Amino acid sequence: MGILQSENLHLWYGSFEALKGIDMEIPAREITALIGPSGCGKSTFLKTLNRMNDLVEGCRIEGRVTLGGEDIYHNMDVNQLRKRVGMVFQKPNPFPMSIYDNIAYGPRIHGIRSRAKLDEIVESSLKAAAIWEETRDKLRSSALGLSGGQQQRLCIARALAVKPEVLLMDEPTSALDPISTGKIEELAIALKKEYTIVIVTHNMQQAVRISDRTAFFLLGEMVEYGKTTDVFSNPHDTRTENYITGRFG
Amino acid sequence: MRSQFDQQLKKLNTAMITMGSLCEDAIDHSMRALMARDKAIAAQVPELAGQIDQLEREIEAQCLKLLLQQQPVARDLRVISAALKMVTDLERVGHQSAEIAEILEVMDLSAAPSLPAIREMANATRKMVTNSISAFVHQDPALAKNVEAYDDVVDDYFVQVRSQLIALLRDPAVDAESTVDLLMITKYFERMGDHAVNIAGWVVYTATGSRESEGI
Repeated sequence: MGILQSENLHLWYGSFEALKGIDMEIPAREITALIGPSGCGKSTFLKTLNRMNDLVEGCRIEGRVTLGGEDIYHNMDVNQLRKRVGMVFQKPNPFPMSIYDNIAYGPRIHGIRSRAKLDEIVESSLKAAAIWEETRDKLRSSALGLSGGQQQRLCIARALAVKPEVLLMDEPTSALDPISTGKIEELAIALKKEYTIVIVTHNMQQAVRISDRTAFFLLGEMVEYGKTTDVFSNPHDTRTENYITGRFG
Repeated sequence: MRSQFDQQLKKLNTAMITMGSLCEDAIDHSMRALMARDKAIAAQVPELAGQIDQLEREIEAQCLKLLLQQQPVARDLRVISAALKMVTDLERVGHQSAEIAEILEVMDLSAAPSLPAIREMANATRKMVTNSISAFVHQDPALAKNVEAYDDVVDDYFVQVRSQLIALLRDPAVDAESTVDLLMITKYFERMGDHAVNIAGWVVYTATGSRESEGI
């Protein structure tokens, strides 16, 4: 069984049905890519995995999402859920504070006060996100002074600081240059040794390069889900084939 | 946004069909030269093999350009990767036809023994090559699978012809040199059958996405 599982998951924004019964099992310590044209429901689905849609007015959900077998919508405190399932967004969004405080923010909220312990978390998180060498001498400087690519790795480090099990990434490289994109992709591959990663991407080659599994979404349905090499070399559904070969979308 | 890519794929397909057609010509010439014992027909094969070599390089360049520019996936990827593999087998068919022609040009045709089974084997091989190319042109995996199955027929012919040639070699009245030449020619035909099987395997892969046969 996967670490994350959705069962017959429906989601409505008002009267619009954005997800139409998604059944999906996401295996631990793998990278799962969600692809599909704009408006297909892939980002909406990603957000259901740590209840980011709770904040959207008029949003209604049916079905189940489980994390390690526990129903995240009924038996779980949302703060605990988001500690276990971290998220990185399309645009880097560091807090307007120092690099150190960005990383220490989450652990502090979860009750860690010891300076030595926080130092250790900041260092290990920045190292895990492959940005330690670039920031170790300016931990007290504003995070906003970093480049876009560095800011995104800082956001990944911030997500890692609370020791999540799953990392959700919503188009994490779409605002970055190719070199920064390459670094994030290498980082994702390195991180999957310890974390489960679910990534939404519009970049098909990125899905091919880094993911183990790919799910293709269209009009709120999950059309096809399988090993990335299979989906991109021999898709079973004509709609998948048409989308990935650029015949629509 | 696909129109340019579709044009490039069409161009690749046309080049593959041209190369397949040249290979058919090459094997046909070498077979007719053998049957008619006609060195003039054999002399035309190297020119065909040269054109086949040239097309192989052009198609390789086209495929590499498409991989680089279009980063193909799904069926597009299968078509291009299969084309890259198939041209090697097609080139071998052309090369082996030229080898047969070369042997025919230097061997003593009047002294060579006459074996009906060689004629039948050459015909069977040509049929395999023609059908493998036809399976590609019409994207017909069923025909491709027939080609794979037909390889056993050619292999049986080879065993049969080889035994007959060995028997002939024991007869001091038979010209040994031309008999050995015939054995080599027969082996080239058998190898061409193997290349037809490979081509057929790539046709099946393009259509279905799976490599069922091992190839040769």
